[in-house]
Amino acid sequence: MVPFLACIVLFLFGLYAVLLKRNIIKIIIGFSIMEYAVNLFFAFAGFKREALAPIITDVGMVRNFVDPLPQALVLTSIVIALATTALMLALAMRIYEKYKTFDIAEIRRLKG
Amino acid sequence: MIELYVLLVAMLAAAIVAIEVKDLLAAAVAMGIVGFSVAIAFILVQAPDLAIVQIVVEILAVVFFAAVLLRTTHRDSTVSRRITPVMVFPSVVFGFFVVLFGVIVAIALRELPAFGSPAMRVAGEYLAIGMEQTGAANLVASVILDFRAYDTLGEAVVLFTAVVGVLTVVRQLGRKEDKGREE
Repeated sequence: MVPFLACIVLFLFGLYAVLLKRNIIKIIIGFSIMEYAVNLFFAFAGFKREALAPIITDVGMVRNFVDPLPQALVLTSIVIALATTALMLALAMRIYEKYKTFDIAEIRRLKG
Repeated sequence: MIELYVLLVAMLAAAIVAIEVKDLLAAAVAMGIVGFSVAIAFILVQAPDLAIVQIVVEILAVVFFAAVLLRTTHRDSTVSRRITPVMVFPSVVFGFFVVLFGVIVAIALRELPAFGSPAMRVAGEYLAIGMEQTGAANLVASVILDFRAYDTLGEAVVLFTAVVGVLTVVRQLGRKEDKGREE
């Protein structure tokens, strides 16, 4: 139960950064941390004690494996997380070029 | 499993540093520490495929952060500010959400199987027939490329959309000199 709780605390750290930080880069870092927390939670949920990674090395072997399904879902999620982070960073770069700041309170004032 | 707990503590500490440090490059590096700790944790819970992908993705993410920060600025001018009235409402909302979230988590964790003994209702079938049906020795590959190939197709669509979005946003508008390169 402790690993699950650690994931939830990590998720709340990310959420704190997203909701209460005023710097855009910190908000993006918060999003990344939330993604790590969720991915890790899934991997923990499929973990089985005394089991092997789900790779068959011998046809007749005893199939005592961890759950491959959450791993497959997380594999797609990790790649999507990178793509969305790159998109957010590109937008942040454009915002900086226009407003010369990462502070969302300054950006709120519309300009030209 | 003691090494997993050590990693989780390191992860939480690095996350606090990433969120609170004043220099944004240091924050990006601390985020990298969290990501690589996640990769090691994946190895500890017997997910080598995830660990490989996580390491590659984490390197790329830190490189992207560094590229953007070196092109703009890496000083966070908002850290040492006093608490302003603007921050009160979001703080209250966040506190309310944490309480709500905690209640829901407490209910959900009671239903969840304990750490180390998953339910494996669907996965049991994949483990039993995965190799015979798909011919893949790596069962994670057999799930993403065969049993759940539509998920992977959707992932490719999202990835393509995001790449198109990044190229559209980053492209210079005065396109005189790079006319031949794009479009």
